[in-house]
Amino acid sequence: MNDFVGTGTLVRLALRRDRILIPIWIVVFVMTAAGSAKATMDLYSDPKALVDAAQTSNASPALVSLYGRIFDESSLGEVSLFKLTAFGALLVGLLGGMLVVRHTRSEEESGRLELLSAGVLGRYAALTSALIVSGATVIVLGLLTALSLMGSGLDAQGSFAFGLMWAAAGLSFAGVAAVTSQVSESARAANGLTAIVLGVAYVLRAIGDSSADGSTQWVSWLSPIGWSQQVRAYAGDRWAVLLVPLVFLALLVTAATALIRRRDLGAGLVPPRPGPPRAAKSLRSPLALAWRLHRGSLYAWGFAFLLLGLLVGNIASNVDGFVTSDSAKEMVQKLGGVEGITDAFLATEMGMVGLLASAFGIQAALRLRSEETALRAEPLLATGVSRAQWLASHVLMALLGTGVLILVAGLGSGISSGASLGNVGRQVPRMLAAAAVQLPAIWLVAALVVILFGFAPKLVTGGWVLYGVFLLIGQFGEVFNLPQSVINLSPYGHTPRLPGGDFSVTPVLWLTGIAAALTIAGFATFRRRDVG
Amino acid sequence: MTSAIVVSGLHKSYGSTHALDGLDLEVATGEVHGFLGPNGAGKSTTIRVLLGLLRGDAGDVSLLGGDPWHDAAKLHRRLAYVPGDVNLWPNLTGGEVIDLLGRLRGGLDEKKRDELLRRFDLDPTKKGRTYSKGNRQKVALVAALAADVELLILDEPTSGLDPLMEEVFRQCIEEERQRDRTVLLSSHILSEVEALCDRISIIRRGKVVETGTLADLRHLTRTSIQAELAASPNGIAQLPGIHDLDVEGNRVRCEVDTAQLEAVMRQLSASGIKSLVAQPPTLEELFLRHYEDDVPAQDSTEPEAAVR
Ligand SMILES: Nc1ncnc2c1ncn2[C@@H]1O[C@H](COP(=O)(O)OP(=O)(O)OP(=O)(O)O)[C@@H](O)[C@H]1O
Ligand SMILES: [Mg+2]
Repeated sequence: MNDFVGTGTLVRLALRRDRILIPIWIVVFVMTAAGSAKATMDLYSDPKALVDAAQTSNASPALVSLYGRIFDESSLGEVSLFKLTAFGALLVGLLGGMLVVRHTRSEEESGRLELLSAGVLGRYAALTSALIVSGATVIVLGLLTALSLMGSGLDAQGSFAFGLMWAAAGLSFAGVAAVTSQVSESARAANGLTAIVLGVAYVLRAIGDSSADGSTQWVSWLSPIGWSQQVRAYAGDRWAVLLVPLVFLALLVTAATALIRRRDLGAGLVPPRPGPPRAAKSLRSPLALAWRLHRGSLYAWGFAFLLLGLLVGNIASNVDGFVTSDSAKEMVQKLGGVEGITDAFLATEMGMVGLLASAFGIQAALRLRSEETALRAEPLLATGVSRAQWLASHVLMALLGTGVLILVAGLGSGISSGASLGNVGRQVPRMLAAAAVQLPAIWLVAALVVILFGFAPKLVTGGWVLYGVFLLIGQFGEVFNLPQSVINLSPYGHTPRLPGGDFSVTPVLWLTGIAAALTIAGFATFRRRDVG
Repeated sequence: MTSAIVVSGLHKSYGSTHALDGLDLEVATGEVHGFLGPNGAGKSTTIRVLLGLLRGDAGDVSLLGGDPWHDAAKLHRRLAYVPGDVNLWPNLTGGEVIDLLGRLRGGLDEKKRDELLRRFDLDPTKKGRTYSKGNRQKVALVAALAADVELLILDEPTSGLDPLMEEVFRQCIEEERQRDRTVLLSSHILSEVEALCDRISIIRRGKVVETGTLADLRHLTRTSIQAELAASPNGIAQLPGIHDLDVEGNRVRCEVDTAQLEAVMRQLSASGIKSLVAQPPTLEELFLRHYEDDVPAQDSTEPEAAVR
């Protein structure tokens, strides 16, 4: 039992540190679920409209690959909430994983855990307490969501199935983070690995859901997010499926504890290797240093984006397999035939790719602040490096890095969609253009981080909050009937829909101009403020 | 004599904390200047203003004849800085960091770099995250000492060094002095300051309270005297500069302001001195006098500089 000594203390400490953060997250999820249910239910008061909407959605490859299939086309609960099933599970998974990393590896990296371990702390105390905090958070989140859905008028059993499948996703990724926190020495890497597993899980379920003839549906079962969907809340409520994530969690926790036994506090699993005694000739500028600091994550993201692009392009080739019902055929005609619907699909997916690339941009720009607070900016700024040069080095990584990512994804999707449609020469430039138009909005969001960094450095993580708000506006703005002026706030909403849509240069110029202005303002304010 | 650093009337606040409160500091070119004071007195803050990382609220600062806020990058090529908390990039080796910082400063002396690595017994192939605190400190020291610069600004450079390395550090600074480099050395290690510094400044609550050579400062403190006289003393109690006087028959113990020593000795010898022990003030006493007054005023919940 000694291995667990101090767990209670750490749980209380963690809850105290997160007494604001956790309630905010819970409220956001509960409100989003309830609000979304209420808004959609009002739309489908007529059962015929409900079934029509469900059939149309199931016939749209873009929607199916993004959100998943509707299993029961006449279920009010499921049709109202299907956009939040897989997508919500992804976000709850992110929360569950992030909380575990935050209270294990981050603490260890900062040395705070060492301070505590010097007192009486069992070696599993940190992990156990992090799992308790994370698990309790997602379970409370799930239960409150269930209650709020019942409050919106949905049936109790389905509502609990929905809430608990969200919680189950949170638990799965708490388990994933328990392992990633042991493997790497930095919290950044642990979070990155967890995010990659989340991304892979989402893509796997997209492959399974998009299988037009059902032959690859099993792929969904490889994904924790797929399990959440397979609970089929409001469409059969298969409680037994909830056992799968619990077993998964148990396995991962066992693995994590085995890893803890094999390593020292503060260390990772991979033993550090010696490096070069001299710096390469090229390491002689702030930009070279920034490249050195960002390149690892850029390579990983670039690889993921190439795969993502290839996958998206590949799914695009069998979209006509979806077109089975009459209403769907009608819709296809309206959209301009098979090419029209393929383009619509690709345009939606490129929008998603743009959102993902933004996450890289924000993270890269936030590096400015972490370098500053870790006191690594100070020795550089005490050499011949000017503030503008140092700032520019990381800003360039954010701007060019997102550019590379988005073009890689565009190239991948162009090649694979072109190959299966038999016109690579035409598809590649079209998809590259579709990718490139995403950039101004991505840059604008990165530029928001830059100006926060210059003007209000303590609030710089607000960049993620703004990103989350833009994401919600984009996903739910119309469902919630938000006023157009609010919907217009999201830069992503102004990106031209390519391929296939109308290209208009005005919004692109505006977005680019605002991004440039914000970046310049970020430089100007940073030059005037204290460093440290 | 020119001055490498001149600060006058410098103020700097962090929100409600008045970290610097009219600080004056002068460091002459070619001298090793000690910078001492209790925790939270404002040493690091002063150094950050000198480096143009912070902007003073009021007052004048001149560094190597320039304005550190406006000409930061240009002036920095002529100086090297060792911070109090050295954090390295986790996946760069110590050798890479030394080269990088040297190049960004405009080049470093290759021969000296190798020599310093040897003297400080530092392995340059280790990654930043695997160095101990003392070794991280050494990386920053080697980078600074191998640079061909006019001014070294060192903020508690030996915190974390073992006694052997501390000795190496002293030799290095001694050599820098021979080469007429200017050094501003903030430190809590009194013996180090005593051994290395030509002049020192003591800072307390954002103000410099004493400045001068060690001899000057000693002059400001008390010498303790124990004497056995031929007759009982007279008139001693009335002399200026006498403290803690304790007379037992012919024996006298007291503390004397060093500046008043001569008058007291004259008075004592008037009664005939049979034996005498006079202890000059130690540096510790000198500092403790300045540090101790500070204790009641110290904020018990003083925030550390934010390191997250
Ligand atoms: N970033 C900051 N924000 C708020 N207050 C600060 C900050 N940095 C320093 N202070 C405060 O300013 C005062 C001076 O701090 P400074 O770091 O200059 O002291 P110091 O003399 O270097 O102390 P030490 O010997 O402990 O290194 C302290 O009261 C400190 O708490
Ligand atoms: Mg200090």
